[in-house]
Amino acid sequence: MTRFSAFSLFAKALGGHQSWPELWPDAQPKAEYDAIIVGAGGHGLGAAYYLAKKYGITNVAVIEKGWLGGGNTGRNTTIVRSNYLYDESAHLYDHAVKLWDGLSQELNFNVMYSKRGVMMLAHNVHDVQSFQRHIHANRLNGVDNEWLTPEEAKEYCPPLDLNPNARYPIMGAALQRRGGTARHDSVAWGYARAAAALGVDIIQNCAVTGIRRGADGAIEGVETERGFIKSKKVGVSAAGNTSVIMQMAGLEFPLESYPLQALVSEPVKPVFPCVVMSNTVHAYISQSDKGELVIGAGTDQYVSYSQRGALHIVEHTVAAICEIFPMFRRMRMLRNWGGIVDVTPDRSPILGKTPVKGLYVNCGWGTGGFKATPGAGDLLAYTMAKDEPHWINAPYNLDRFRNGRLIDEAAAAAVAH
Amino acid sequence: MILIHCPYCDDIRPELEFAYAGEAHIARPADPSALSDAEWEKYLFIRANPRGRHNERWRHVHGCGRFFNAVRDTVTDKFELTYKAGEPRK
Amino acid sequence: MSAHRIANACRLNGAATVNFTFDGKPYQGKAGDSLASALLANGVVLMGRSFKYHRPRGLLGAGAEEPNALVSVDRGGGRFTPNLRATAVEIHEGLDARSQNRWPSLETDFGSINDRLGRFFPAGFYNKTFMWPRSFWEKLYEPSIRRMAGLGDAPSDPDPDVYDATYAHCDVLIVGAGPAGIDAALAASASKKKVFLIDEQDELGGGALADPALWGWLAESLKDLARLPNVTLLPRTTAFGYYHDNFIGAVERLTDHLPDPGHQAREKLWRIRAGEVVLAQGAIERPLVFEGNDVPGVMLAGAARTYLHRFGVAVGSRVALMATHDSGWKDLFALARAGVGVAVIVDLRESVDPALLAEAAELGLRVELGSAVIGVSGRLAVTGIEIARADGSGRHKLACDAVLMAGGWTPSVHLWSHSLGKLEWSEEWGAYLPGKANENVRCVGACGGNWSFGSGVHVGQLPTPKNPALLKAFVDFQNDVTAKDIALAIREGMKSVEHIKRYTTNGMATDQGKTSNLNALQLASSALDRPVQAIGLTTFRPPYTPQTFGALAGHAKDALFQPTRKSPIDSWAEAQGAVFEPVAQWRRARYFPRTGEDMHAAVNRECLAVREGVGIFDASTLGKIEVVGPDAAEFLNRMYTNPWKQLEPGRCRYGLLLREDGFITDDGVSARMAPDRFHLTTTTGGAARVLNMMEDYLQTEWPDLNVWLTSTTEQYAVIALQGPKTREVIAPLVEGIDLSSDAFPHMAVREGTICGVPTRLFRVSFTGELGFEINVPAAYGLHVWKQVWEAGQAHGITPYGTETMHVLRAEKGFIIVGQDTDGTVTPYDAGLDWAVGKKKPDFVGKRSLARPDIVASGRKQLVGLLTDDPNEVLIEGAQIVADPKQAIPMTMIGHVTSSYWSATLGRSIAMALVAGGFDRMGETLHIPSASGKTHTAKVVKPMFYDAEGSRLNG
Repeated sequence: MTRFSAFSLFAKALGGHQSWPELWPDAQPKAEYDAIIVGAGGHGLGAAYYLAKKYGITNVAVIEKGWLGGGNTGRNTTIVRSNYLYDESAHLYDHAVKLWDGLSQELNFNVMYSKRGVMMLAHNVHDVQSFQRHIHANRLNGVDNEWLTPEEAKEYCPPLDLNPNARYPIMGAALQRRGGTARHDSVAWGYARAAAALGVDIIQNCAVTGIRRGADGAIEGVETERGFIKSKKVGVSAAGNTSVIMQMAGLEFPLESYPLQALVSEPVKPVFPCVVMSNTVHAYISQSDKGELVIGAGTDQYVSYSQRGALHIVEHTVAAICEIFPMFRRMRMLRNWGGIVDVTPDRSPILGKTPVKGLYVNCGWGTGGFKATPGAGDLLAYTMAKDEPHWINAPYNLDRFRNGRLIDEAAAAAVAH
Repeated sequence: MILIHCPYCDDIRPELEFAYAGEAHIARPADPSALSDAEWEKYLFIRANPRGRHNERWRHVHGCGRFFNAVRDTVTDKFELTYKAGEPRK
Repeated sequence: MSAHRIANACRLNGAATVNFTFDGKPYQGKAGDSLASALLANGVVLMGRSFKYHRPRGLLGAGAEEPNALVSVDRGGGRFTPNLRATAVEIHEGLDARSQNRWPSLETDFGSINDRLGRFFPAGFYNKTFMWPRSFWEKLYEPSIRRMAGLGDAPSDPDPDVYDATYAHCDVLIVGAGPAGIDAALAASASKKKVFLIDEQDELGGGALADPALWGWLAESLKDLARLPNVTLLPRTTAFGYYHDNFIGAVERLTDHLPDPGHQAREKLWRIRAGEVVLAQGAIERPLVFEGNDVPGVMLAGAARTYLHRFGVAVGSRVALMATHDSGWKDLFALARAGVGVAVIVDLRESVDPALLAEAAELGLRVELGSAVIGVSGRLAVTGIEIARADGSGRHKLACDAVLMAGGWTPSVHLWSHSLGKLEWSEEWGAYLPGKANENVRCVGACGGNWSFGSGVHVGQLPTPKNPALLKAFVDFQNDVTAKDIALAIREGMKSVEHIKRYTTNGMATDQGKTSNLNALQLASSALDRPVQAIGLTTFRPPYTPQTFGALAGHAKDALFQPTRKSPIDSWAEAQGAVFEPVAQWRRARYFPRTGEDMHAAVNRECLAVREGVGIFDASTLGKIEVVGPDAAEFLNRMYTNPWKQLEPGRCRYGLLLREDGFITDDGVSARMAPDRFHLTTTTGGAARVLNMMEDYLQTEWPDLNVWLTSTTEQYAVIALQGPKTREVIAPLVEGIDLSSDAFPHMAVREGTICGVPTRLFRVSFTGELGFEINVPAAYGLHVWKQVWEAGQAHGITPYGTETMHVLRAEKGFIIVGQDTDGTVTPYDAGLDWAVGKKKPDFVGKRSLARPDIVASGRKQLVGLLTDDPNEVLIEGAQIVADPKQAIPMTMIGHVTSSYWSATLGRSIAMALVAGGFDRMGETLHIPSASGKTHTAKVVKPMFYDAEGSRLNG
């Protein structure tokens, strides 16, 4: 692997950039692997990397039906944060945030992780109570998250409008300073390059068409468009398509797939320093290094794999953003796209073993999977290597839907009274 | 914004009048207490989530207020048909 | 006027003079000019700077495809708009346009140092560096990148303009009013169908505007269409997105072209549902990729023709053409016939149509076939070109002041792609054409591949004898993506078009690849030696061109963003100086401060007034559902946790509603008005959810039950009177109801009149005091409220708000769903097992209460907390630990759900969810605060006042 640095960039520039090697070779499938990951998104590629790096399992294939990083990895709004309420969630997401810190150096690939802060706006008394609960829980869990008065929030994020007569006035905010954004494509590419350098085969344009189980029910391998590939361990990290893959293994899953839209504005000079989220008006926004305002919209209401959302969702999202930031009304939407998010009943992921021996799953991240990329990859790798979950992902098992031990962050923020 | 045929109003109306209500033909068990935890889990949470033909429920919430069933392709989002609640799976 | 303006053969002959400024310098143009044509007419070729290298740029095109000439327009008063294409800005008197992304000036831009260092910033450079030292990324590298990036400045003030929005329906929607679109409109209108013809430009006509031979036909056709009542013409309207089931989003620009926008809406969002859609969006010309193809003055050949015929502007006085396609020759002939000097026609092809050669000869034009432009001289404007034969021989230079590029045409299939129509590769076009449709839509004219304009060859990069590693031959002009960037991406393993796009940012600029996508595909195809179809195609996403947030938000602004629901008493509370809080969609009076009081003082006073005298509270926002029918009791019995069938008419009951997963979702006191009629109440925020849930069960699970559900939330005003003097206040006002305790016990309901208004009078209490809730028709709510208020004066009646309501109920340990429960709390956790009908065989959620984790020990249970220091009020949301000395991460056993100062008790009180809380009575727990201080509190039952309930009897 050619080491990336300012010096190598300088040296190659003098040679007209003619001698850069491929970031990852386009591999052809071998007959058998020690482990197969289905899905070459950030999570899947991360799992392959950590299998090779931490657990010495290098005879690994990542099989992707399209091009790597082409699913939700390349379609999200790139927010990274770990200020979740429940212990299980805080541990899970903070594990990821700790890996984000230093990931560029670890992968020798700048993933542009930018700790610019994630601010969540409180618009009513219930929000204040809910955020205080988060902040206190986070602090005692060692996760940074602090309360800001409206004035402090505006100082941190000057575009905020503190008009007390606004439809949704700002009564304060919770700020996680370690939160921020990263460059989504770079994460996939960085993991792919680093995994490939450790011997992992990345096989693109090769859809899985079946999962083969032996007489004892255990995994024997996967059928693909390019034939059968043998492996005793298969990890499925296929986001919105997980239900379809699991059905191939004869498993029914507590998942539904919904369209999720996002949009960016035309690029402008720096105007927005951090990430701002408002659950009450259903909007979140940041500004990319390129200058685009990156705005997340809500899900459409129905199950769909069309990657095509409706206009009224965009209208509502943009209206919500303009309500909090009235100076952005004259900005213009440049691009709007849809992804498919897989959602579990408690909106927390499933990450661990399945009832089928040798079959592992990482799914159900809903609208929040990007932030967990390094953590999910690491934990899936651990679980596959040891054939048992790490303590951090142990609560994210399938059993919880049977025994009732749900991890329902959204319910905890529920509004009634 | 998809167009939806309400089988009660017998009219095609825009999505804004309707609320999606999840997968269809998951009947509440007559005696839930008789179910095992696994059977109850299946009723509560397990969903087909198919790529393709999907039996699902909608409510004409800003119209007649009725729940009804539909068959829709989840890849194209196109409806094959809608039918009244209580009619057998189509 | 100016030397660049050509009087004849132009649509602006006789147009009025318009004064405008660019970068503060005054210019004159003609009414009908775009900013681009007006600047060109004034000899201004330098109009912008590119994104990455800050290279000087002029116009590439004349329409929506323009990547280079981006400007900001300031109309004053917060009306600042960045990143507008000069080709799409209509000039008007006083227009103030400014160049962007340059400092200190457009001519001298320090940012162009990036251009000199460009070789160190190839595609993906940022992935390879800026990693050491680590802390420098956030402190130095990223801020530097961010400052250099971006185009124009963001608006800094709230936009004072308003935006309109509408829904529209038509039989046939035609997008694009060029010849094909107009023909389609004429044909469709003949059948009496309702026809919409929309076009993004200010003038209808599309390509015909640049073809004087069609002007007569155009005028006649538009006159015909304008006369037809079934045809709606919408100029200045951009169809930006094609959504499900022929739903088209379009934005009409109403005022940006006017000298004085007045008070009318700036833009209007059209949401159009069309029976059939006809796409007539035309095609966009492709630039050619050669060194220097971005020097100001190098532009598309078709654009030059548009500037000539539509605006009467010559793009140069000595023009060269670089063509791989016949159409460019015809454009150049038009310029030559208008008297524009021509330097040379260069065509990569060894042979071309003899008719073209004959016409060139007739016009006396120099032609060099089998050749290519290999360099352009000039920095801020073209001064000449270098030409070589395709094999690299015969290098020579020619002077010129404009270079036209004719690389063939790309059909505009953007909306077609939004509709999920299939695309098929056309060798003839060197582009994708519409294939199988997914909606009721067809493409006509050039965007459907139906346009005869000659033929050409399609190449990625023009041949050159120069070292390709050192060339700056641009593919994506705005984002400064060069052919060698594409080559580098491929060298580094980016083999799919999506990877190439994302690695190089090709096609991701504000023009979204309108002129660059196909060239990038051709380059990738050559480099990988695979057919273009095998490389793939990036998916077109809405919008077709950038659209204003304000227009997308439409009317949803300020009060109309999310309408505020107000109770019938709201105006009274406002007049009393109430402080409000938003609760779900409602606003509710939070407290009623007297002069000089803060919330704390007001709430203390209000609380004591209720405990000692009488308080009046507006409970109208509570959700209400009328449940009627012979099976009403059976229905409620199945929905709620507690039994309902034995409830006598005239009596009330607290109802607890679970989701099917066993967790509390709502509660409320409900009354049986008659054997077949119930008056339900829900939480303020839960009304719609509960009604929907009940309808779901009623319609789909138990359709055999004979029950009707009706929302009555807004039918009733609810006036709660609480306190020992309540009865005395209302007694004189009530008729037909015996208010005595014996006749009208706690948790009963009676019907009669109050102040002459029919009422459902509930004797209920959410405070622990004697209390009544007066339900009257909403229209009489304020009337009754005022009468009660008057009657109460003698008893010191005090209005109180939600904050006092919260304190009073907490003193009694009553829960607020959503505050003391959070969607993970069962009735048992909340200490409400008394409200669960143990003998009932079934109710919604019952089965889930038997799941292993729900019956396990150690669940979080609702308890009371009393701080050791009675003056400490815990923060709601604070976490609770058993051992305060443990290291972080601490083991947290619960959190404070409600916490108040109780004026009644003269101390603080709190409620909390604590693991195993019921078994911890008397234990001291610890609550570490953010300040570092750890509070201590004793676990008690959540009942702080009048545990025996004697005060209910007044």
